[in-house]
Amino acid sequence: MAFDLSRRTALKGLMRGAAVTVGLPLLDCFLDGNGVALAATGSQVPVRFGTWFWGLGVNPNRWFPSVAGKNYELKPELAPIRELQPKINVLGNFNVLLDGAPNLPHTSGGPAIRTGRALTADRGLPGESFDVTIGDRIGTRTRFRSLEVSAIGDPRNSLSGRGGGNLNPSETSPAGLYARIFGTGFKDPNSASFTPDPQVMARRSVLSAVAEQRQALDAAVGAADRQKLDQYYTAIRQLENQLDVELTRPEPLQACVVPRKAPPNVPVNGEIETVMLNHQMMTDLLVMALACDQTRVFNMMFNNGASSLTRIGSTVTHHQLTHEEVLDNKLGYQPEATYFLTKIMEAWVYFVKALDSVKEGDRTLLDNTLVFAHSETEFAKFHTIDNIPMMTAGSGGGRIHTGIYIDGQGTPVSRVGLTLQQAMGVAVDKWGTKSMETNRTLTELVA
Amino acid sequence: MSRAARTLLAFGAAAAALAGIPATLALGNGPAAPATAPATAPATAPATASSRIVGMRRLTEAQYRATIADVFGPDIKVAGRFEPIVRPAHELIASGARDAALSPAGLEQFDAMARGIAAQVFDAGHRAQFVPCVTPDDACARATLAPLGRLLWRRPMTAMELDAHVRMAGAAAKAAGSFDKGLELALAAMLVNPQFLYVVETAVPDASGALVLDDHARASRLSFTLWNTTPSEALLRAADAGDLRDPAKLQAIVRKMVDSPRFEAGVRAFFADMLLFERFDALSKDPLLFPYFNSAVAQAMPEQMLRTVTDHLLVRNGDYRQLFLTNRTFMTRALGGLYQVPVHKASGWEPYEFAPGDDRAGLLGQAGFLAMYSQTGRSSPTLRGRAVRELLLCQPVPDPPGNVNFTAVQDTANKAMPTARVRLTAHMTDENCSGCHKLTDPVGLGLERFDGIGSWRTTENGAAIDPAGKLDKLEFTGASGLGKLIAASEDAPICAASRALEYVRGRPSDDSGALVEALVKAFADDGYGIRGLFLKAMTAPDAWRVEEKPLQANTHVSLLVR
Repeated sequence: MAFDLSRRTALKGLMRGAAVTVGLPLLDCFLDGNGVALAATGSQVPVRFGTWFWGLGVNPNRWFPSVAGKNYELKPELAPIRELQPKINVLGNFNVLLDGAPNLPHTSGGPAIRTGRALTADRGLPGESFDVTIGDRIGTRTRFRSLEVSAIGDPRNSLSGRGGGNLNPSETSPAGLYARIFGTGFKDPNSASFTPDPQVMARRSVLSAVAEQRQALDAAVGAADRQKLDQYYTAIRQLENQLDVELTRPEPLQACVVPRKAPPNVPVNGEIETVMLNHQMMTDLLVMALACDQTRVFNMMFNNGASSLTRIGSTVTHHQLTHEEVLDNKLGYQPEATYFLTKIMEAWVYFVKALDSVKEGDRTLLDNTLVFAHSETEFAKFHTIDNIPMMTAGSGGGRIHTGIYIDGQGTPVSRVGLTLQQAMGVAVDKWGTKSMETNRTLTELVA
Repeated sequence: MSRAARTLLAFGAAAAALAGIPATLALGNGPAAPATAPATAPATAPATASSRIVGMRRLTEAQYRATIADVFGPDIKVAGRFEPIVRPAHELIASGARDAALSPAGLEQFDAMARGIAAQVFDAGHRAQFVPCVTPDDACARATLAPLGRLLWRRPMTAMELDAHVRMAGAAAKAAGSFDKGLELALAAMLVNPQFLYVVETAVPDASGALVLDDHARASRLSFTLWNTTPSEALLRAADAGDLRDPAKLQAIVRKMVDSPRFEAGVRAFFADMLLFERFDALSKDPLLFPYFNSAVAQAMPEQMLRTVTDHLLVRNGDYRQLFLTNRTFMTRALGGLYQVPVHKASGWEPYEFAPGDDRAGLLGQAGFLAMYSQTGRSSPTLRGRAVRELLLCQPVPDPPGNVNFTAVQDTANKAMPTARVRLTAHMTDENCSGCHKLTDPVGLGLERFDGIGSWRTTENGAAIDPAGKLDKLEFTGASGLGKLIAASEDAPICAASRALEYVRGRPSDDSGALVEALVKAFADDGYGIRGLFLKAMTAPDAWRVEEKPLQANTHVSLLVR
């Protein structure tokens, strides 16, 4: 396809040129004009991006493939993805460089991957996370710019935000997530009738009036407060946008099947079976939110960095186990701690399969999505932050190659964030700060 | 008279008494009778040439709820999820509130809450209290919105702001086909405005040219600090009159505010912030290991601590240091099971006094403290020791090193290592770890006779527990022993004073040594009473100063392309 050719050319230029600035119109055309594969109906299928996070890493020698390239080897802890392997990339040997900032255990790794910056104090995110940057690119036309979900049920369990005290809080229960997506304000794209709600129109103009009052405030504030105001007015615009969507007749979407009723109220706690169940219910809702085009960006947190997952009757959490359980000499790993990892990989497979089971034209929802999965440590026992396990699933509408193990050979982890942003159409040629600043795209990933 | 109106009247009377204003005067113009409230607004913007916005502190959930209850009445429901304010490491949420931005998801919730509140305010049951006129026109919208805006934004709205909202109400009324609907949307707009969601601090130069908080910013700081709610009518009037910049009048007003029963809400919020009570939201305990732990106990734990604190410091005017020694507390039936003490009342709270010498004495013997600083399945001398140092003594303990090696720690099932003391001693053989664990563990080990939910025990895995502990060079036994050391330590009152100042100003007090010293002295002079501490913190002229920050361009450049 002509499109593929032009994009490849553009990205190669991006990679090989020393400091090439990519013009926005070029990238714009990928997305808005010709960028997205056309479905059988002739209407455009949106491209989505999301993240899937799990805490406490893996047992590296039982998870990472040994040899880079296609048809990578599946070691025991990675084996559950077998069926989906052709659609999943594994990324290893990328390093988090802190430039002398302390390695705050279970806290430094996640933000570094998501912002390309070292966390210097335990104070939220050190900068804008790249899922937000991508959301600004692809997520502005939906009701929700992004949806954040925590299966372990903690609103603070989030790595998404614009930095500076701003963290997108996570939905904490299936019922809450359902109400947010399919409650008041939801318009079924496949419904025959559509009448714009006059109340919504009135609200829309009120919000515009709130936004108009910005000038007076702006004139009087200092830098820190202006940043807060920026974020406030960004949020206001998103809210206006949400109302605009409610006022517009939605395009029919074949894959959209609205859940008939709200999920039951279920317990929310760290017990692993509860988290597995909540993760399933929340995944199902999120998948339909994507299929019904309510959002194009999401962040799913399975557990937290210092994982508080537990098994009923056990005196210790997943986190404590990784530190305190003795390495079983015969097995070569910590069996109790590894139990949780097995469950995590099971959940990841459920998540990817759920996306892959929704048909969109001749592709699946997964094919039109790019999911980036990562942890915050490599081997939790020692808090190592080099070689943190990462994966991608789906090709983002044919934007990246899949089924590859990519060996980063110790280069900065920010290369991953850079590449994924570029794949999603963000006009960025270099990303990260200090030692993590990079302009080196992962060429093997780019389709 | 509705419940809301009654509350407002009572509120107005209390507030008037406080500010030394005749009650009748305050009542006549109080929020209960908005018809006669001053609708005149200054024509200038709040930030005049000499005044600047020097800070924006996000309302906490408790402050938001209290404000709505005070302005509209306690029967107005606030339904929604509040975006959490991130607590910076080693700081208060009050400091985090200064950094707290709003995410789109957070604002979506605030918008929904605002509409829910506005719909109730102008429903058939309430509108008469707030709409002082009959003819549905702009003048009536103005008369309705001006007094509400003044209470919600904690200052008179400017003419421009008021005009904008009246226009909004008019346009919305036309679109929605109802005057009340228009008022509703305009009120919702006020409630979602940054002027409401943030406490906007404005400052002006004082006689010496230094920037100090201006009148209305002072009213907000006084009210949110001391009462954890929005400024009352009386306080706003005092601000209008310039009383809050007159040292003698300010002193009298603060004195009345700390003597008021409403000070309890402020003290509760301060201690909840200082002791990291947000952790209770996420507190979970293994039900198989701790059958006494259930949701009733979980809810009662922080409340028991706060009741102990407010009873000791406010009802009894007690010495802060004695908070770690007091035998008095309060019990519910559910807590009775955990504490193994008889509780007579089937529901609610009753006072309880431990026998002299009981190891439960003081805050450190309370289940809430002990459970919060434990793991889900067992106690943790490390977490408890760290909490004592960081929260009560303001001695930050470094985070564990990134490359920590835990091989010395054995699992709990190991028969050779039945107690935490034995396991941690093994861990401490590692030099990399021992540096910090020496700071925390010897303190926490003295509390080991309380298990992961704070129940009493004398053995762990069949082995007797040794409750000996050590704080720096001083040895002690049990929670009561540790309580005595904290009470006698120099650092405890200094820590409380420095936290109080941080709480007042919303920023850490590290750079304000002289001011903290002055507070500690006032604290000591008042017999370490909490009233004396906050009285000083709110009246010290230096506490109203703001440091100059250059106006500069946005430092964070987003990759956002619009």
